[in-house]
Amino acid sequence: MCFQQKMIHSLFLINCSGDIFLEKHWKSVVSQSVCDYFFEAQEKAIDVENVPPVISTPHHYLISIYRDKIFFVSVIQTEVPPLFVIEFLHRVADTFQDYFGECSETAIKDNVVIVYELLEEMLDNGFPLATESNILKELIKPPTILRSVVNSITGSSNVGDTLPTGQLSNIPWRRAGVKYTNNEAYFDVIEEIDAIIDKSGSTVFAEIQGVIDSCIKLSGMPDLSLSFMNPRLLDDVSFHPCIRFKRWESERVLSFIPPDGNFRLISYRVSSQNLVAIPVYVKHLISFKENSSSGRFDVTIGPKQNMGKTVEGVVMTVHMPKAVLNMNLTATQGSYTFDPVTKVLAWDVGKITPQKLPNLKGIVNLQSGAPKPEENPSLNIQFKIQQLAISGLKVNRLDMYGEKYKPFKGVKYITKAGKFQVRT
Amino acid sequence: MSGNGIGYGEQGGEVAPELAQEAAPTTAPSVPAAFGLFSSDTKKNEDLKQMLESSKDSAKLDAMKRIVGMIAKGKNASELFPAVVKNVASKNIEIKKLVYVYLMRYAEEQQDLALLSISTFQRALKDPNQLIRASALRVLSSIRVPIIVPIMMLAIKEASSDLSPYVRKNAAHAIQKLYSLDPEQKEMLIEVIEKLLRDRSTLVAGSVVMAFEEVCPDRIDLIHKNYRKLCNLLVDVEEWGQVVIIHMLTRYARTQFVSPWKTDEDVGDEYNENNFYESDEEQKEKDRKVKKTYTMDPDHRLLLRNTKPLLQSRNAAVVMAVAQLYWHLAPKSEAGIISKSLVRLLRSNREVQYIVLQNIATMSIQRKGMFEPYLKSFYVRSTDPTMIKTLKLEIMTNLANEANISTLLREFQTYVKSQDKQFAAATIQAIGRCATNISEVTDTCLNGLVCLLSNRDEIVVAESVVVIKKLLQTQPAHHGEIIKHMAKLLDNITVPVARASILWLIGEYCERVPKIAPDVLRKTAKSFTNEDDLVKLQILNLGAKLYLTNSKQTKLLTQYVLNLGKYDQSYDIRDRTRFIRQLIVPNEKSGALSKYAKKIFLAQKPAPLLESPFKDRDHFQLGTLSHTLNSRATGYLELSDWPEVAPDPAVRNVEVAESAKEWTAILSKTKKEKPTEKFYSESEEEEEDSASTSATESESGSESEKERKEESSSNESSESSSSTGVSSDSESEESTEKKTSGAAEESDSEDIKKKAKEISKSRSTFSSSDTESSSSEESSSNSKSESDSNNDSDTEKSRNATSSKVTTQVFVPTKMHEMLHRMTGKGLSAHYQFSRQPCIFGDRMVSVQVTLTNTSDQKIENIHIGEKKLPPGMRMHEFNPIECLEPERSVTVSMGIDFCDSTQTASFQLCTKDDHFNVNIQPPVGELLLPVTMSEKDFKKEQGMLTGMNETSATIDVAPQNSTSRVITERLMKAANLGVVPSGQDKIHRFAAKTVHSGSLMLVTVELKESSTAQLIINTEKTVIGSVLLRELKPVLSQG
Repeated sequence: MCFQQKMIHSLFLINCSGDIFLEKHWKSVVSQSVCDYFFEAQEKAIDVENVPPVISTPHHYLISIYRDKIFFVSVIQTEVPPLFVIEFLHRVADTFQDYFGECSETAIKDNVVIVYELLEEMLDNGFPLATESNILKELIKPPTILRSVVNSITGSSNVGDTLPTGQLSNIPWRRAGVKYTNNEAYFDVIEEIDAIIDKSGSTVFAEIQGVIDSCIKLSGMPDLSLSFMNPRLLDDVSFHPCIRFKRWESERVLSFIPPDGNFRLISYRVSSQNLVAIPVYVKHLISFKENSSSGRFDVTIGPKQNMGKTVEGVVMTVHMPKAVLNMNLTATQGSYTFDPVTKVLAWDVGKITPQKLPNLKGIVNLQSGAPKPEENPSLNIQFKIQQLAISGLKVNRLDMYGEKYKPFKGVKYITKAGKFQVRT
Repeated sequence: MSGNGIGYGEQGGEVAPELAQEAAPTTAPSVPAAFGLFSSDTKKNEDLKQMLESSKDSAKLDAMKRIVGMIAKGKNASELFPAVVKNVASKNIEIKKLVYVYLMRYAEEQQDLALLSISTFQRALKDPNQLIRASALRVLSSIRVPIIVPIMMLAIKEASSDLSPYVRKNAAHAIQKLYSLDPEQKEMLIEVIEKLLRDRSTLVAGSVVMAFEEVCPDRIDLIHKNYRKLCNLLVDVEEWGQVVIIHMLTRYARTQFVSPWKTDEDVGDEYNENNFYESDEEQKEKDRKVKKTYTMDPDHRLLLRNTKPLLQSRNAAVVMAVAQLYWHLAPKSEAGIISKSLVRLLRSNREVQYIVLQNIATMSIQRKGMFEPYLKSFYVRSTDPTMIKTLKLEIMTNLANEANISTLLREFQTYVKSQDKQFAAATIQAIGRCATNISEVTDTCLNGLVCLLSNRDEIVVAESVVVIKKLLQTQPAHHGEIIKHMAKLLDNITVPVARASILWLIGEYCERVPKIAPDVLRKTAKSFTNEDDLVKLQILNLGAKLYLTNSKQTKLLTQYVLNLGKYDQSYDIRDRTRFIRQLIVPNEKSGALSKYAKKIFLAQKPAPLLESPFKDRDHFQLGTLSHTLNSRATGYLELSDWPEVAPDPAVRNVEVAESAKEWTAILSKTKKEKPTEKFYSESEEEEEDSASTSATESESGSESEKERKEESSSNESSESSSSTGVSSDSESEESTEKKTSGAAEESDSEDIKKKAKEISKSRSTFSSSDTESSSSEESSSNSKSESDSNNDSDTEKSRNATSSKVTTQVFVPTKMHEMLHRMTGKGLSAHYQFSRQPCIFGDRMVSVQVTLTNTSDQKIENIHIGEKKLPPGMRMHEFNPIECLEPERSVTVSMGIDFCDSTQTASFQLCTKDDHFNVNIQPPVGELLLPVTMSEKDFKKEQGMLTGMNETSATIDVAPQNSTSRVITERLMKAANLGVVPSGQDKIHRFAAKTVHSGSLMLVTVELKESSTAQLIINTEKTVIGSVLLRELKPVLSQG
């Protein structure tokens, strides 16, 4: 009896060498051979990044994501919003990450029973059931070294013996009966600058993407409200479900009962209409000589508009053209590596001191006879600035209601490079 | 696997070698590979069987873990079924869970044995713990054994009326499972769906709509009555449910409302070039014109309004669902708000980007304006995967117009040089499309492309040639130069498509390059045998065309080429040669056709259209799988066209009678006759209702306000208009403050009207429905916490056996208490009022609304609460500081105070920038309560337990006009926040509430006696409050 079924039918986990190392069916069993269509598409694609997320086969549809060197391939039988499945698969991967510290083939294989228990709780008949980490952790305890030792001695299990209440409560994202001796609430305001800088150094496109990641360890049922000095800066915001939308609409205050532990409170965008400060500049001279098998490479990175803070953790990666054989460079600071196979040049600069700007200079050896590469490669820059939110966003205060104790509160700001690319 | 390995090692060394053997087949991708080791498998299974039969839980658990490991790898473990199924009743939760996993996987294959486990589940279905009931239902319904269909049906039916919303949610899931097992059950299942659709829990909503979509998506009639409720619950439903509901409501709305963009369609499909010049202004103007004749159905508006906040969801699927809803349902001027959120999603994973970009591509063809401001967000990075790059390029091309084309072309120049050649080729195509679409830049583009012809990369050159060919075809008039240039290139280009394109161009326009064309033919004739088939065909074509136009010079050459073609290896080429020869070389056999040879070969050919590949996707609903694949997926539900005339909107009106019927059945007949009684029953219904439905009611409130003026004379019609009004649009999203103050005025007038008894009946109905609406508007603003409290009460219900339930208020006292007079407050005056809402700041708090008014002529800044002098235990949640209050303005803020169930005064300082004033809030005892609904039976049971010390009573006088049940209820509810308990007796009225802080029950009974007296009885644990309440309630009924 083959009847129409909505949503996710089966899930296959496949590693990079094409082995199916886990399968789970929520309805009747679908043969592994369905993955052959996936392998076919994978072969056609240039690289893993280009495997189409949605594949149509004669009887099924395959929707897949690629995370941490694993393909999560789900089998679908009928119409479904593809984002629904994609978002869910990412949630599964997030949960594995959360439980095992990494979402890798080894971790999944080592914890196959927990993985199965998790998948069982997360999806019922192909429809998502419990996806909040707080709830899942009440149902199935994450493995720890201590617990696995204790379990093997006492024969007890990692399935929670008390039944969870969170799923039933008014706040499905928070578990009940949280107790801490030290009550703490930390907020990390992390901003990333996405930018494209053109050859001449002018900004083609720049935008700030920010998130506030929270680590809340508060007993009981705290009700928090977080306000900003300049909430109008936030152009477009997306919220964790715990946030009361109406309060934000009317007062621009984030009011919420937090989940326990680590979670992302909001993500926001500061629009490109506002001028975005670009904290570094890059002087570059990359040239390939016509009819000769060498070229010059000279790059200097310097600070700019960094609000008096130190720019650190600077790393530059460049995908050199295929014709490049090797590079002979000297760095005034940090160290560089060039992988002749992938043609990736990585220069780990570290901290920028304005007195002595880091420079990387030398000769590029080209394959003899190959035509001169016509495009210079783009430079991808990473950096970090502590104690600064580049948009100027500032947390005003955090108030707690509903509980009597005084929590320890902390806010940390950090600015990083997001997709920061310099065209040369 | 290695995890299991560790487990093994701990048990003893002798099994270890097996492990190594077993690990080997896992690396091979296919299952049958395990066959070679079949013998060792059976041996191991023996060992597993023994472990399962052991008396130790730890051994069983280990065995089950290994079995689950086998299932996970897709190995067959079915022969262990008998051994495993025995453990279904295990006390150990983990073993039990793993057995469930096993059962769900293999029950279908071992049906007879699976039946052994059924009784365990049946027992668990009756367990007092809701989680156990739920999980039993889940497993039972997942066992795909047809024999148990009747058992499943019964279980689902029972679970659908379970007290726990969590169990009901699982029932909704089970519906789909049963349906796929046995579609025959459809009718019965629809009944259950119908019932669950009426459910008000946010937990159930998503799941039941999912079941609806699967079982009976065509039964749109089931949705009508629940439409408004679903709209209002939406914000509080979990994210996955939201997606499903939004998709369903999109389909629903397309069948029930008329198009908000009707006249737009006359303009024609939007993506033609004319429209391109049309600015947004014009579009808006058009919309405005439409508005004159078109008014949006309030329900349509409700849907748009309630889905909008979800654009802020962290879940990409929810955002996309709202985006498609706005795309398909909103007036075109409003759909713009979705672009920002969609662009935000582009920061997400590659897969999300892919889907979102596809959808934006489709949208950007039809409505460029929407995404134009975000053009730069689609700029390509060299690190993007190719599929993302090409989609971004597609969108940029769609968005190109005169204003941005120059920046865009500059950007494209960078892309053309990209190392990713596939992408570079796509960019050239894009340039070609821009060139045809925007006539101003055609020449620039063409020149640019010609420059590319000298590019070193062959693919780039080839692509350029192809695009140039297409461009030249659209305007061949003055491009002799380019053709000459291309002819020169022919020596260097080797890519067949490009060579073929050049040859075709020269042939087509051979009269423009009369000297070059024959020479090209000469050259290619030489290389004919080495050319690709594609090129050979074009050489033949070129020859034929030259023969017709310039036979003097080329006759021999052409014949030479034709001869070569005649002996070619390819069938196609031989065929073509024969055909051409017959056509162009006149001989005695050739028919009439050769006369027309020139016309045939050199006919005016239509220029190819350079179009977006996303052009034809718009007939699929956005965000669907079908849209992504651009082909109809199984189970795709067509989005219908707007109806010409909207079906009757009244079908969505939630009848007053619905729950009143049950009510009136309990109540005596006499009550039925009074129309006013109905009003109460309606509000009673609302009471049960989660507060989030209130927005509907508020809609109806404002409606009835309008209607009142027209209808004030006709009392009879009062009921109908107190339900939802439908006649006119109600776009007005008035601010909450405004409404509250409006309500306050309303209530003043209410008091006056009361005195004029004759009219008051109908009016009071209205005005109280007005106050109600205003308060419920507020409650919707707090809807999250509000419905939370509702859920909370649900759980409470299952915890306490009393089955009592906190409900939202029926009646909101409109009395304002003065907190700060304007004289003492130096222009700032403050009043407070008890909103009778469950407090959002804490469930032990009473919510208080403070209205601050600035009566001075200067603005007052930084109004906040200063030092608090609270009695011990009392707590207060302050309102957020008000930065500035303009003169003549007032603002209402809410705060929460935990009075600890006492009537002690909360004193605190109200501060402004310069001053501080000492103020007090003293609660009337009636405000320290929250109403509770319970049945008469429960009431009596509870009352029975609260006798003796816990009972206080008094005999009171009742003024004759106060002896009707309506007035009694009204008056008591005004004095205290009580819930009405349905009563079977005429003379006895019962009310129930619980104290806010401690949650103790407070039961009030009014028993009418002879000669206008009555017995007032109060039962409660909190005797102090009980006696205070008694004192307060005493005078209520005696006053006239």
